Order: sequence, then C-alpha cells, then structure tokens
Amino acid sequence: MEWHPKHRPNTGRPPAAERAAVAQHPLVPLRVSCVPSIREKIVERNEKRVSTSWGGIDPLSAALKESAIIPHVDYSLSKPKPKLQGTGICNDYIEDDFEQWSAKKSHILSKYTTSERLSIRTSFLVGGHVSGPSSSSIRNLQNTSVAEKVKHRLEQLDDFEEGSVKEMLNLTQQDYVCRIEELNAALKESWEQDQRVKALKIVIQCAKLLADVSVVQFYPSKFVLITDILDNFGAFVYNRIHCKAESNSAIESAKETCRNWFYKVASIRELIPRLYVEAAILKTYGFIADEKNVKVENIRALKRLLKMTRGIGDPLVAMYARTYVCRVAIQIVPSEKSLFKQVLNDFFLTVKQFDSSLVRNLLSSQKVDYSTYLTLYTPTLDWILQCIVYKASDSLLHEILSDFDAKTAAGDETGVYALLLNSILTSFRPGFITKRAKRFVEMVKTIASSDQVDKTFPKYHLLKNLGSCFVSGETSWVDFDDQQKLILLNEVWKMIARLKASEYIVCADIWMDFVVAHFGIKEINTLLRDIVKHMQPDRAFEDHYNNIISIISKVVKFSTNDFYSFFSMESFIPFLDMLQKESVKVDACKIIVEFFVKNFNAGNEDDFKTTSDPVILNSMTYLCKTMHDSVNALTLEDEKRQISSLIIDFLRMVSFDRDFEAHLNFMVDSRANFSNLENVISYLVHSVNQLAMSTRSIVKGHHTKKTTAFVRTCLAYSFITVPSLDDVFLRLQLYLNCAQVALVNTCLPQTDAFLKAAIMLLPQVPQTIELADGKSKSTESFIVSYIANLLSFLIIVPDHPEQEPLYLFCGLLNVIEDYTFDIHSDAKVKIYLDALNYLSIISQECYPYHVDKVDSNDSLYGNDTQFMDKISQLSIHVMDKILSHLKMLGEENVNII
Amino acid sequence: MSAHLDIKLKKVTKTYCEGDDLTGVIVFDCKSESRHEGITLTVEGMVNMQLSSKNVGIFEAFYNSVKPVSLINYSVEIAKSGKLPIGKTEIAFELPLRVKNNKTLFQTYHGVFITIQYMLKCEVKRSMLNKDLQKVIEFIIENKPKDVIAIEPKPVNFVITPESLQNVKDKSKVPLFKVSGRLESTLCKLSDPLSGEICVEHCDAPIRSIELQLVRVETCGCAEGYARDATEIQNIQIGEGDVCRGVPIPIYMVFPRLFTCPTLITCNFKIEFEVNIVVIFEDNHLITENFPIKLIR
Repeated sequence: MEWHPKHRPNTGRPPAAERAAVAQHPLVPLRVSCVPSIREKIVERNEKRVSTSWGGIDPLSAALKESAIIPHVDYSLSKPKPKLQGTGICNDYIEDDFEQWSAKKSHILSKYTTSERLSIRTSFLVGGHVSGPSSSSIRNLQNTSVAEKVKHRLEQLDDFEEGSVKEMLNLTQQDYVCRIEELNAALKESWEQDQRVKALKIVIQCAKLLADVSVVQFYPSKFVLITDILDNFGAFVYNRIHCKAESNSAIESAKETCRNWFYKVASIRELIPRLYVEAAILKTYGFIADEKNVKVENIRALKRLLKMTRGIGDPLVAMYARTYVCRVAIQIVPSEKSLFKQVLNDFFLTVKQFDSSLVRNLLSSQKVDYSTYLTLYTPTLDWILQCIVYKASDSLLHEILSDFDAKTAAGDETGVYALLLNSILTSFRPGFITKRAKRFVEMVKTIASSDQVDKTFPKYHLLKNLGSCFVSGETSWVDFDDQQKLILLNEVWKMIARLKASEYIVCADIWMDFVVAHFGIKEINTLLRDIVKHMQPDRAFEDHYNNIISIISKVVKFSTNDFYSFFSMESFIPFLDMLQKESVKVDACKIIVEFFVKNFNAGNEDDFKTTSDPVILNSMTYLCKTMHDSVNALTLEDEKRQISSLIIDFLRMVSFDRDFEAHLNFMVDSRANFSNLENVISYLVHSVNQLAMSTRSIVKGHHTKKTTAFVRTCLAYSFITVPSLDDVFLRLQLYLNCAQVALVNTCLPQTDAFLKAAIMLLPQVPQTIELADGKSKSTESFIVSYIANLLSFLIIVPDHPEQEPLYLFCGLLNVIEDYTFDIHSDAKVKIYLDALNYLSIISQECYPYHVDKVDSNDSLYGNDTQFMDKISQLSIHVMDKILSHLKMLGEENVNII
Repeated sequence: MSAHLDIKLKKVTKTYCEGDDLTGVIVFDCKSESRHEGITLTVEGMVNMQLSSKNVGIFEAFYNSVKPVSLINYSVEIAKSGKLPIGKTEIAFELPLRVKNNKTLFQTYHGVFITIQYMLKCEVKRSMLNKDLQKVIEFIIENKPKDVIAIEPKPVNFVITPESLQNVKDKSKVPLFKVSGRLESTLCKLSDPLSGEICVEHCDAPIRSIELQLVRVETCGCAEGYARDATEIQNIQIGEGDVCRGVPIPIYMVFPRLFTCPTLITCNFKIEFEVNIVVIFEDNHLITENFPIKLIR
C-alpha cells in the first residue's frame, strides 16, 4: 500500500486561534479597593515574596496568604474574655499577655526532677482505706444534733492526724506522681459523693506533704502537683457555694456554709496545711465579706496569709507558700501591688535564712550543692516578680531596685541576691531595663564581682539574661548614642570574657543579637575573633555547636545591608572553621546561603539583582561546595533537593553582565564544584544555553566569528555536561533543548550531534519507572510525547550533507522498531502515526515554519524526486508497520471470540 | 402507718438572742393518714455540769454530777389530738425566748465539764400501740454584741528569757534565748481573732514549732466544794521549723464556735479562757507563757 501525502499550500502563517488585545493579565485577581491594606501588609511581611512576571499573585502564595488571614480575622472577632461571675471579681486587669501559672507548670515539672526515692504520708491510698467505715458512719449521724455532728467531724480530723496514716516509702518519682494523681482522683470522688470531710482531709494531707523537703530538688515539681489538687479543691468549694447562692432565699444558707468552711480551716492544727487550704478557698471569702469592702477584706486576708508564711522556718517552703498566696492574689486582686511588694520585703527579711545551718545540714545530708539549691527558687521568684511587674508603674519598679541596692550594699548573701537579680532581669520589662542599662550593668557588675557568687550562683545567667533584655528592649535604644552603647558593651564583654568556655559561648550567643542590631561590621568582626580565640583551646567548640550555629544565624542577619562587607569579614571563615563536624557545618552553610538567597534581592522588588563580586562569589561558592560535598549515597532525597535548590538560587544571582566569557568560566567551575547534584548540573546546562541565546540576541542573530566561537564553546560545554547526568529523561530533554539552541545559532554539526545523542539514548529509556510511593509507572506517554516533540523539531533540521537523506529520521525509526513496547498498548502506533505526519509535512514544498538563517530540507532539496521517493518509501514502511499492528489486533479479537 | 417529722427554723444559722422569737415550721410527712393524741413543742435550756474524776473520786464523778441548772423550760401544745392528712403538713410556730424571775439566758457553750445547751423538742403523742414521735434540734443563743460601748483593747507585751522561766531546776541546761512579743488585747471579741506578734530575737537551740494553745478553765462550784479544770480547746501552730530570727511572726487565731463563749462567772460555775504560747525546741523541751484572756461578744 502506498501513502500519498496531501498537498498543503503554505499560507505563510501557521493556523492560530484568534487574538484579541487585553488590558489586564487574566490571572491577576480582582482587587477590591476597600480591603484594609494594613492586614495585607502584616501578612506580607511574614511571607517570602514570590514575584511573578505579570505582577499578580502567584496562586500558591495567594493560598498561603488566605490561610494566614483567616485566623487573624477570627481572633479579632471573637476574642474570648472569661469573666468571673458572682463575687464581683473582675479580672479585666489580667490580660492575655500575662503568663499564667498553668503555662509555667510543665516547664517546672520537666526541669525539677529527681532519681531519689520519695515517700508519701497519707491514709487515702491503696492499703490505707481506713476511712471507709468512718465515712459511712457520717451518714447515720444526719439525725443527730449539730454539736455532735461537729464534734464527730472534728474527731475525724483528729483521727487522721494520729492513727491510720501510712507512710509509703521508696517511691520513684513516677510512682510519686501517680500517687498524687490518685489523691486528686480520690478528692474528686469523695467530693462527688458528698463526703466533704474526707475531701478536706485529703487536701490537708496533701498540703502537709509540702512541709517535707526530704528530696529537695524535687520540691518545685511537688509544689506544682500538690497545688493543682488545692486549686481543684478551691474550685469545688467555690462552685458549690456559688451554686447554693443562686437564689436569693438560699443566700443566707450559702453564707453559713461558707463561714463553716473558714471556721473549719481555721482550726487546722498545723501551719502549712492551714495556710495552703485557706488560700485555696479564699476566693469564696467574697461571699461572706461585707459587700462594699470585699476588696479590702480580701487584701487584708491575703496580707495576713502572707505574714503567716514568716512562721515557716525552711526558706524554700516559705517562698513556695508565698508563691501560692500570690497565685491566689493574682486571681482575686491582681492590681494590689502592695501584696506582692510585701512578699519581696519578707524575702529580704528572711534572706539570712537561706544560708543558715538548717539549710546547710539539709543540703549536706542530701548531697545537693548550694548553687543547685538556689536554682530551686527561680520559679518562685520569677512568678512573684512577674506579679509585681505586670502593669506596674515605673516608680514601683524603682522602689524595688533601690531596696535591692540597699540590701546588696551590705555585701552578704550575694548568692541569693544574684538569684533575685536574675529573676528581676527575666521579669522586668525589657524596655525598663534598657532605659537604665547603665545601672543594670553596674548592678550585675557588683554582684558578679563578689567571690561568693562563683560558688553559689552561676553568674553567666545574669549576663545572659541581661543580654536578652537588651535584645528584646530594642525600641528603647533610640535614646542612646553609639558611644554609650559601645561603653556598655565593653563593660559587659569584659565580664563575659572572664567566663569559662561553656558559659562564655552561651552569653556570646545571646549578646550577638545586640551587637548585630546596634553595631557595625567592625565590632562583629572583633567579637567573632574573640569567640574563636576563646573556643579554640581544648577544642571547646566541639561541645557548643548549637550556640555557634545560632551565632552564625544572627550574624548573617547583619549582612542584609551589605553582603560584601559581611563576606569580607576576616574572622568569619575562621569562625566557620570551628565547625568541624560535617553535618553541623552544612547546617551553618545552609543558614547562610538561605539567608543570602532570600535577602539579596530584598530591597528592590522590581528588577532582579545579580552580582559578580568576587568576594561574594568565592565565599558563596565555598559555602555551597561545603553543602554539596556533604551529599553522599546515604543522603535523603529531600535533603538533596533542598541543597540543590539553594545552590540553584545562588547561581541564579550570579551574572557578569556583558562578560559572558567570565560567566561561562564560572559555570565551568561550578560544574566541577557541584558535580554530584543532578538538578544543579541541569540548571547549569540550561543557563549556559541561555548564555548562548543572550549572545545571539545581543548580536541580533548576526553572529560574528567571535560570537560563533563563543556559542560553540557553550554548546560544547553542554554537550560534555549532559552525559554526566544519570537521569535518562533529563538527558533526553536537555539534548533536545540544546539541539534547538544549536540550530537557532546555526551550529548545524552540533545540532546533529545533539540529536544523534538523543536518538541513541532512547533505547535506554526503561519501560517503567518506580515512583516514590513504590508503584511503577509506564514511561510510554513520555516516549510518545517526546518523540512527537522531536519529530516536529526534525522537520526544520537540515540533512547532513555527507549522510543519506533523512538520516536522523531513519535512525529514529530503527530505534523505535527495536524498542520493546507493551504489545497491548498502542503507543507504537501512535508514534508511527506521528511519523506519518512528519513525513507528510516534509514532503510539502514549503514547510510551515523555519528558523532564521537556516535552510531546512525544503529549500535544500526543493522537492527533489530522489528525496520524495525516499519519503514515500519511508511512508510505505511506516504504513506497513501500522497495518501489521492492526492485523495483529484483529487476530487477537478472533482469538477472544 | 409512718410519718416523718422535722423541725425547720427560719434562721439558717439557728442563732438567736434573748428576747428573740423562735420561728419556724414543723413538717410532717405522712405516707398515710395518721392519728395522734396531741402535738407539743418544748423549749429547754440547761447548764449541765459534771465533776471531773481528777478533782473528786471516780464514783463521785459518776454519781454526784452537779444538778443541772435550768435556764428556760416551757412547752406549748400546738395541736389537740386529731389526724394528720396524707402528704406534707406544715405547722408554723413562733415561740418567744423570754425568761422569768431575773434569770438570764447564758450563751451556748460546749465544754468538757460544763455545757450550756438549748433544745427545741417536738413531740407527737400517739395511741398506746404506737411509739411517740419525737424530734429534737439544738438552737444557739448568742447575745448581740454590745457595740455601743467601744471596748478598750488591753495589749500585753511579753518577753520570755531563761530568767523568766519559773519551774526550771537546772538553769544551766536551758539554752540562751529571747522571745519577745505582744498580744493586741487580752480582752477579745469572739467574732474577732486573737492577734499579735511574736519574734524570736535570738535562740541557741533549733526550734521545732511555735504553737498557740487555747485553753478553757471550767469551775464547778457547789455545796460540796468546787472543781477547777483546765483543758485544751485547740492548738494552732504558728511557727513551723527553725524560724527566722528577728522576724515578727503573726499570732492569729480564730475562736472556734460552740466551744467558746463570753467569759462567764456565775455563782455556781465559771467559764474562763486562757492562751498559752508554746515554743517547742528540736529536743522536745518546751517553754510556755500563759495569758488569761477575757472573751466578750
């Protein structure tokens, strides 16, 4: 059978859809002008800017933006404001910015742990069910007189104080926590069963546990656990009375119940349980207090409770008791600063107790050192100071500072004062501190210079926290001139420099933020050098990679303004060299490169900024190479992709303007540097191709000898680069791409070479590829479309003068014939049909498209008969193939029937 | 036939003072109609006294309990014999708390040897075959505070040193200490707490605890003589552990209800109160300082 292509007169222009001019890009979203722009600004600040060529929003980032807006809107609409009802306590004073106790709990629990054995004394746990019969007897008593009932209850209270209490020894911390949980559950249960006396007993026993400092390092956690129970109890009592007082007629009875509670609690024999339980139920005091004076009465009661804590001999127990009272106070009368001030005064009063023989004996028997002991106070002091500082006036804070100064002037107990100063630093408003930066630096200096501190309180905490204050109190620095800041920094650094390496680096880490924010490259350079000097001895840096990384990420921020001076900083590379563990070093490189990539273009949105600065290029290449070198067979795909994209982003920023040769050289180097990353290599090929194309556009298509040579060099670069890739598909694409570039630049031999390479490569395409999820996917569709693409390009590729006509196409046909397709698929037929299309087109007199300055086969052969014969011969061949396939299909059908 | 009987006083606190009217309702809850032979309400107020075995012999203590003093005792018949219907029946009552012949209603007090108690009793008499129904509730007499006369507080300062101790045989064994303090007043209103301050100025021995002991002193006098007994009402800890030296620790104690009343001195019995401040050392030795106090309402 023969194939005769239809003659298609060339209309000069390939058929195309109708075109109409538009004023706007169709993808630019509709903008409603009344949308408040502030919100958009807020969101935009947080996101990486994705600019599109048409000035619209890229749909992905638009989606991101939306998701960012929605919660924002929700928040402003329905700001939850829990309000206490009933007692007239208005908690508006405390707002969301107050860090509630509940937020601190988990931190304390995880920080203060122990491996020591603990013990618990109670009568309510497994094996201690002595109270069973007595609770049932209470029921029978309901008919007896009030007096007897009260007597009985009091007897019960006494009862558990003497007998029936079991001591559980040898509990691990975990056991202990479980036991406390059990107590909590027991409390809830007995409350629900209306066994209030039992509930009270449980609470008293719990509170009693707080008097025990036998495993002192666990005490803060114990406090958290037990006060939880107390809080629950307080809530139970409050809710019950609150429920009772719902109706007006019952209010008297509610008051009476309330009064009973207080009478009962007031008769608890021991100080610590009495204090804690009264504090726990103090919220209910509002029910019985004179209505006009609720606040005054509450304050009076709280003051009394605070004073009672003076009766506690152990300073740790006393401080925690005060903390609990403060916790209650912040709920009831948060604005009453005098209460918290009193706590602080009491603290000053009892400071000498911290170092008493009592404490010393305790610590030596438990083998705890004094500085560890002091850190047990941190949660309490932090909390108390937080309560004072919250919305406090500056004058109050001043007062505290003067008190503090007066006390420290005496020179004793500096360990404790260091502790207090530390808490002051962490709790005071950073703005307040920075305004008085000089004074605080002086204070830290006085405390830190005392010899005692070294043994008792690690002073680097002070320096560290001072640093964080300075960093976060940024806005207040406007009042300082550079000279003042430098003096402060020098003062502080003098102290930091004296610390040992492990402490030094922590402080340096914190302070680097400050330096980066307020000083220039010179100071940063000096500090980096200093850090290197400190960290080099004994390879101290090995233990502090985290800090070093963090310093790097801070220093990098500075570079935003001036990448050149950043990279030319002489101590930066030595600093980087301290990272001798590869993974860490790679992390550091990633941070820097990422930052560079993100911010290099931050300032100017419109045009894409590029660089050819040798310092930047060298440093960046070094960093990228470090990342690249870390890639090995075990590296995860994701990691590779991340590194590749960073490197590509960097490469994209490189441009030597008109100096294409230098750029090409850079590409050559880059290829050597990043040879392991396929994506980078393929990017390099693309960008070299781009270089060739830019050259062409500069000479406007008229290549000179020199530019031709350059373009050829580029193509040669691509030609030798592509085979180094593993990925067949990538290679195929690149070959085709390069061939197209070569043809456009009238480099015919190169075009041939690329196409030949591509065609030779085709048999290597596997039939199926394995996807990431383990499924296999057929590559047929790829091959079909690739070959279609190839064929449409082949139309305009002129034949090689020394080879027979349609030499490339014949080669392709051979390859297709030999390629094993799945017999059931019609991929092969599709390809043959495409081949027929191709043959039909090249038999036309004039091809539908051409490349400028390249004579395609139509003008080369001019419908030469020999050429046409070849075409029809090939057509027949292809037709045969198609028909035989059809026949095979028919046979198959017969078989099936 | 069954009936449940309850007395509900109008005041939740059940607290009244002399001259008040005791008001409330008697609530019957009958499952079936029930006959009765009359319902009476009785108000009864008594001072019960008992001699402790310490002062007199055991047998005497048992037999010779001093004759109780009746303060008020009268009954009212609420209903003549009749029937109680099915369901809830409420009968309101109002009884004046007034006494004849110059007697006073002492305020309620529950002690060890002396008890002043007021009862309201409701009795339902029934036919021979059925048990009488009875319900007793206690109500409390508390006189209104005489706020017209402002009470002058009587503060007491005290200093305890080894020299001030009385019953020490070997003074050399006593550690050196100085405990000073102050009670805001020894004349205390029952509604207000006992308050003051105590300060351990210095002390050689470690302290275990500082406590506040409230003691009642009950005296029963009669023709055969009188018996005086001091017993503890409650003990409150105000200092735990080796307290910080030189820091004033608050003294604070709420007077428990029922177990305290205004200091009362009558011709045949006396109820008085005292406070002990107790400092206990780590080695279990203790020092106490005693303060008689006068309670008023």
